[in-house]
Amino acid sequence: MANTPLLSLAVWVPIVAGLLVLMTGSERNAPLARALALIGAIAGFAVTIPLWTGFNPASGGMQFVELKPWIERYSVNYHLGVDGISMLFLLLNSFITIIVVLAGWKVIEQKVAQYNAAFLIMSGLMNGIFCALDGVLFYVFFEASLIPLYLIIGVWGGPNRVYAAFKFFLYTLAGSLLFLIALIYLYIHSGGSFAILEWHKLPLNLTAQIWLFLAFLVAFAVKVPMWPVHTWLPDAHVEAPTGGSVVLAAIALKLGAYGFLRFSLPIAPDASHELSGFVIALSLIAVVYIGFVALVQEDMKKLVAYSSISHMGFVTLGFFMFSAIGIEGALVQMISHGFISGAMFLCIGVMYDRMHSRRIADYGGVVNTMPKFAALFVLFAMANAGLPATSGFVGEFMVILGAVKFNFWVAFAAASTMILGAAYTLWMVKRVVFGAVTNAHVAELTDIDRREFFILALLAACVLWMGVYPQPFTEVMHASVNDLLQHVANSKIK
Amino acid sequence: MFDNFVVPDLLPALPEIFIALMALIILMVDLVVKDKKRTVIFVLTQLTLLACAVLQMYTSTGQITMTFSNMFVDDLMADLLKVFLYLTVIVVLFYTRGYVLDREPMAKGEFYVLALFATLGMMVMISANHFLTVYLGIELLSLSLYAMVAMNRDSVVSTEAAMKYFVLGALASGMLLYGMSMIYGATGSLEITGVAMQLRGAGAHKLVLVFGLVFLVAGLAFKLGVVPFHMWIPDVYHGAPTAVTLFIGSAPKLAAFAIVMRLLVNGLLTEAVDWQNMLIILSVLSMAVGNLAAIAQTNLKRMLAYSAISHMGFMLLGIVTGVSSSFTPQQLAPYVALNAYSSAMFYVITYVLMTAGAFGMILLLARAGFEADELSDFKGLNQRSPWFAGMMLIMMFSMAGVPFFVGFFAKFSVLQAVVASGQIWLAIVAIVFSLIGAFYYLRVVKIMYFDQPDDTTPIRVPLDMRVLVSANGLAIAGFGLFPHWLMMVCVAALGGSLYL
Repeated sequence: MANTPLLSLAVWVPIVAGLLVLMTGSERNAPLARALALIGAIAGFAVTIPLWTGFNPASGGMQFVELKPWIERYSVNYHLGVDGISMLFLLLNSFITIIVVLAGWKVIEQKVAQYNAAFLIMSGLMNGIFCALDGVLFYVFFEASLIPLYLIIGVWGGPNRVYAAFKFFLYTLAGSLLFLIALIYLYIHSGGSFAILEWHKLPLNLTAQIWLFLAFLVAFAVKVPMWPVHTWLPDAHVEAPTGGSVVLAAIALKLGAYGFLRFSLPIAPDASHELSGFVIALSLIAVVYIGFVALVQEDMKKLVAYSSISHMGFVTLGFFMFSAIGIEGALVQMISHGFISGAMFLCIGVMYDRMHSRRIADYGGVVNTMPKFAALFVLFAMANAGLPATSGFVGEFMVILGAVKFNFWVAFAAASTMILGAAYTLWMVKRVVFGAVTNAHVAELTDIDRREFFILALLAACVLWMGVYPQPFTEVMHASVNDLLQHVANSKIK
Repeated sequence: MFDNFVVPDLLPALPEIFIALMALIILMVDLVVKDKKRTVIFVLTQLTLLACAVLQMYTSTGQITMTFSNMFVDDLMADLLKVFLYLTVIVVLFYTRGYVLDREPMAKGEFYVLALFATLGMMVMISANHFLTVYLGIELLSLSLYAMVAMNRDSVVSTEAAMKYFVLGALASGMLLYGMSMIYGATGSLEITGVAMQLRGAGAHKLVLVFGLVFLVAGLAFKLGVVPFHMWIPDVYHGAPTAVTLFIGSAPKLAAFAIVMRLLVNGLLTEAVDWQNMLIILSVLSMAVGNLAAIAQTNLKRMLAYSAISHMGFMLLGIVTGVSSSFTPQQLAPYVALNAYSSAMFYVITYVLMTAGAFGMILLLARAGFEADELSDFKGLNQRSPWFAGMMLIMMFSMAGVPFFVGFFAKFSVLQAVVASGQIWLAIVAIVFSLIGAFYYLRVVKIMYFDQPDDTTPIRVPLDMRVLVSANGLAIAGFGLFPHWLMMVCVAALGGSLYL
């Protein structure tokens, strides 16, 4: 058991399952495809559980490491490993995959096999991103994961799906190509190594660090997304099918933020300090300005998409204050946002399946016809607004605490999200859920069935668990975050 | 008077002799074959190529062997490129089989004989160690191709394409010859290794040499199809019958790469600073024009033609970064050069693999009286045939350079060489244009997956075609997962063949 390649399993079980699902082929086999996909997703999640149970929280280093030569020509290795920063994302990702497969169970009627296969393959690829310790391997997973999402948005998306799919793909590709040059530069500068952990130790002068930092910033800022390169996200969210939105919000956005911790901070620590003000400014613009933008949205999905950008602004803010509480808060925020935004998109999906509209104005008084749903929806909305005892509160609070120590005005601006977040989320809930039934369509709504209830309840449990008792989450990241901070504190200029 | 005549060592040229002989035999056999389908001819041609591959491997010594008074060389690079050449031609002929049968004027034994002669021309190019051998190979290849393009003789477009190809091709051959004569004038040698020896030793008249070099590079650029010598590519790709386009678009790139290596690296390495600067301009222009013009195309063959231009431009990047005097210490120079040239070679081989697959898909969808070469013919392919849509998806993403497909590693290895030579700006230019290029490959995927089909005719594909296209697609994915072997083969082949 000790030698089981758990990380390889976490990566390849979903991918192989996805290929198997793909082989079921035609629409006649749709039930088989769904069943197989669910089994694959559950198996994919099951293999990540030992990562949590077997994880040693006292160590800040890489665990479950696998190292095999892959492309010796360029000394590229198949090098996998997780630390306290990345481990939780594998679980989150695999867990969300189950939710997504369940969420598409009845809704998706066309090309069922391809739909499920795309999600499974993407899940495996994203697990690969989180545990890759080799630059090329990371990049390969990073890029390859664009393909399934491109297809998901384009094939099962809304009316303007083609535009959204292209915008998503080209934006992300544009960012990551510079990243590739940066990786190759590091390879040559380090004397022929693609090992990310080696790069952490590589001495670099400030100019090189700043260029590298900027190349990383472009790649990850697009992915996070940070203001002003965020414009692809609302389009992608609005056009993507529910499952696509869930994965996009819950996992894909985290890849960019994760990249900051794995590449930007440890490889270019001096440049990170040098340019932290710039990143913090961008983050605050995202938090405040995008918060206001969210306020005026008329489309629910767009509103949640902007709220995601605003929340991710919190994450990047937390990173660049270089304090343990800031980074841990940001990490908690990332995981919590995975649950909450996923749940919000699922809720919107539930309503959309019945009404075929996402416009806030088409709703009103949903609580009268869908009481069970309304209760859950309100819970997630509260969490999104950062209500104490939900997971949304924990991360934001920690980041604000870190910010107060860092600079009062930064904290002040950041804390405005507490008000803004509450304003846009609760105002939407008020207009959609409460009040009298506004039209005949709402009057005909049926409450959620057992499948939908199960999915949402599962997420609600996670949100509450993390809100009431976040210690299991922060405990595992503690040692790794401290190691990272120590590393970042040391100058690499020699 | 025959005292001085020494019978040359024929062994290194055995595959060439064999294929020439077989081409003549097949031409004769064709006279007596009654079968309209020419199955015998097809089988004989394929067996010939297969036998060539076996002969090639059997006669390979791994050493540099010269014969015919040093006009002909057999080395690892030649062996490797030729084996890939045979395989490519075999695959191409399989792909084109159904297409040719459906089109009466092409369904003749000549198609196969011309293909064999063209292959022989490419083999001679690959093994050339003498300006005249290079020229002979190019002419044998080109003349066969002109005839093949015009084979569908009732088609106006094809005839026009053939004329255009012929006129421009003749011009390029002229330039190449002119350049060769200048270099001969400067160095007093027609033998490529002799030229190199002269330049390393006594040197040459600089002005005449550079003058010759410019013409030589122009001629090579025409054969590679890079801007501004690319004009023929879109028209010929578009106008030629798809079967011939596939032939022109794939195997000759291998031969063109080989003569670039022989002439510029083995012959004129001392003048690298001059030709590298020329090639940088050609390369950047090709990536720009190729990628931008491809966006505007509605015809898939034309789009792939512009894509070919941009790919050749990208490949040239690997060649221009081989020697950079300012950045690398002297003793490391051979390694840097080998690193760069082998990345270019890897790029060419994978490009041929991808382009063969893409044209193979067009041939697969084509049927009697229907060409399937418009982008709109691929509409909704995912609903008509998810498997082949998947294969085309692999090919398109691979050409766009998205991992896990081999096209990514091709771009990666070239970029790696570019950055290693210290020319980061060039790498950035390259990625900006590949980003632009990604758009039109994505559009093909969009057409196949996001659009509804207009044409719902069931796709009937013979088994061999089905297997081959699938194998081609899976090879692109497979080499993407495990590119190491092919990379090392390229390094070994060039390491044992070039004089660095």
